Amino acid sequence: MSEVVPRWISETLRACIRDPKVVAGGGFILFLLVLAIGAPDLSPKDPLEQDLILGVTPPHGFAGAEPGYLLGTDDLGRDVLSRLIWGSRVALTVAFAAATLAAALGAALGLLAGWYRGWVDAIISRLVEIWMAFPPVLLSILLVAVFGAGVGSVIAAIAIIDWTRFCRVIRAETMGQAKSDYVTAARAIGFSPMEVLIREILPNVMPVLIALISLEMGIAVIVEAILSFVGLSVSSDVPTWGGMIAQGRQILHQGWWVLAAPLIALFLTVLAFNLLGEGLRRSLDPVMRR
Amino acid sequence: MTSVAVQRLIMAAVTLLGVAIIVFVLLRVAPGDPIAMMISPGATPADIAALRAHYGLDTSLPTQFFVWLRDILRGDFGTSISLHRNVLGIMAERLPATLELAFASLAFAALLGGAVAVFATLVSDWTAAPLIDGVNGLFLAVPDFIWAFALVLLFGVFLPVLPLSGRIDPSLDERFVTPFYLLESLATLRFAAAADVLRHMVMPMLALGLPLAAIITRVLKESLREAMVQDYVLLARLKGLSRLRLVLQEALRNAVAPTLALTGVQFTFLIGGTVIVERIFAYPGIGNMAVDAVINRDLPLIQGLTLVFGALFIVVNMAVDLLVVATNPRLRDG
Repeated sequence: MSEVVPRWISETLRACIRDPKVVAGGGFILFLLVLAIGAPDLSPKDPLEQDLILGVTPPHGFAGAEPGYLLGTDDLGRDVLSRLIWGSRVALTVAFAAATLAAALGAALGLLAGWYRGWVDAIISRLVEIWMAFPPVLLSILLVAVFGAGVGSVIAAIAIIDWTRFCRVIRAETMGQAKSDYVTAARAIGFSPMEVLIREILPNVMPVLIALISLEMGIAVIVEAILSFVGLSVSSDVPTWGGMIAQGRQILHQGWWVLAAPLIALFLTVLAFNLLGEGLRRSLDPVMRR
Repeated sequence: MTSVAVQRLIMAAVTLLGVAIIVFVLLRVAPGDPIAMMISPGATPADIAALRAHYGLDTSLPTQFFVWLRDILRGDFGTSISLHRNVLGIMAERLPATLELAFASLAFAALLGGAVAVFATLVSDWTAAPLIDGVNGLFLAVPDFIWAFALVLLFGVFLPVLPLSGRIDPSLDERFVTPFYLLESLATLRFAAAADVLRHMVMPMLALGLPLAAIITRVLKESLREAMVQDYVLLARLKGLSRLRLVLQEALRNAVAPTLALTGVQFTFLIGGTVIVERIFAYPGIGNMAVDAVINRDLPLIQGLTLVFGALFIVVNMAVDLLVVATNPRLRDG
C-alpha cells in the first residue's frame, strides 16, 4: 500500500492538509469552483432576468427587502446573488487560464535565462526591464483594446503582462539550483543540458512556481475586474464582478449593495488565493517544512 | 562611479526605446481606424485623406516611427486626436496632479508603515503582538482597486464626509498659476483651497498608500528585529537608553536601508496603480487620461503618456539607487 503512492507525494499532501492557510484558502477556492460549475442549478434566479418593478431592492434584513432576493436587486431588478454566482465563472476562468499561461511563458524564459546565462540572459533580462517600465493596468487596457474585448483577450493580456513575475523568480532560482551538487552529478553521468533543465531543475523550482501561480490567480481576478470595470472585458450581458462594480458605482446612493456584494466576493477570492499561495510555498518545500 | 552612472543612463535609454517601439507597433496593429471616429458624417474621401496626411498616418510604419521618434527628441509629441491639442501641453497640465497624488501616497505609506513597524518592535513581547502581523498580512493581500471601492462605500455612502470625485470643488472658484494645486495653495497660504484639494486626495491616497504601508511595515519590522539584537543596540541598552530611543536612535538608522530599496520598486508599482485609482475617483491626472486615450484610440496621446510613465519609472529607480548608495557608507566609498 505504502509504495503505491511515492512517499514524497503523500508527505507533501499531508503537509498541505495540516497547513491552515492551504485549508482555508484552498477551501474557499473549491467552494467558488463548485458555485461556478453549478451556477445554472445553484443560482436562485436567472442572472439576466430583469424586473423593473423590483428594481434596487435591498438585501435580506434591510427595510424594503423582498423574499427570494437574499442580496437584493440592481437597478434593472436583476438578482444580485445570482449575478454574483454567475460572475464567478468569468473570474475563475480568467484566473486559471491567465495564471497558467503566464507561468508557462515566464518559467520557460526564466529557466533559459538562468541556465544558459550569457546573451540569452541579457536579452531576456532586458525584455523584463522594458516590461517593468509599463504601468501594468495601462498595458492591459491597451492590449485588450488591441485584441478586442472578450475573455480570450483578457487572458492573453494578463499572460503577456505578468510573465515577468515568474521569469524573474524562476531565473534566480535556476541560477541557484544550477550550482548545486545534483546538477553537477547529472551532468557527470551524461545528461544533456535540456535533460538537466527539465528533469532536474524544473521539479526543484516547482514549489516556488506553484505558489507564484496561486498568487497570480489572485492578481488575474483583480485585473479582470478592472477591465470589466473600464468596460473592456466581456460583453455586458455576461455577469462579471467588475461589471457589477461599475454598475454599483453608478447607483451608489440608491443601492450600495450592488457595489458591496461583488467587492466582498473579490476581496475574499483574492485573500483565498494569497493564503493558498503562502501556505503552498511553505508546505510544498521539503526544506521549509522541517 | 561615473562609468556606472553612464552605463545606467544608456540602459535607461534602451529601455525607453523598447517601450516606444512596443507601444508604437501595438497601436499600429490594432484594429480600428483612429481617423474613422473623428470625421464628420459628410466628409469626402479627400477630406479623410487630408486628415490622414495631417496626422502622418499615410506613410509606411518605419517612416512613421522614425518621424515620431525624431519629433519627440525635438520635444514635439504631436497633436492629440481626441482633444485637438498639443500632447506635451496636455501632459504638462495633467502630470502634476498625478505627481502630487503619488508623492502624497508615498509619504502617507512611509509614515504609517514606519510608525506601525516601530510600534510593533516596541510591543514585540506583548501577547497580542502577533495580531499586528495578522492584520498587516490582510492589508498586504488587498490591492488598491479593492481599497478604492471599500473607501467609496465607507466615506461616500455610510459616512459621507469626503468628495467622491475630482481634484477640487469647482464652486470654490480657485485660480491657480501652476498645475501643482496642493503645493501652490500651500505656498500662497490659501489654506481653504489646500484643505479642499487634500479632501479630494484622501481616498485615492489611502487606496494607493495602504498596500504600500503594509509592505513597508513588514520589511522594516523584520530589519528592526534583526537590528535590535546587534551589539551596538545592546550596548546602548546597557547605557540606559529607553526602549523607544533604542528603536528610533539606534536600530532604525541601521534598519532603514533594505526598506528604502524595496520602497523604490514598490513606488513604481504605486505610480502604475494611479491609472485605475484616478479612474475610479475621476481624478484629473495622467492615469485617468491614459484610459480615455485608449478608449478614444488617441494614438499620439497614448504614445506620449506611455513614454511619460516609462520615464517616471526609470527616474524613480535611478533615484532610489542613488539614495541607497548615499545612505550606505560602505557602498559610497567602495
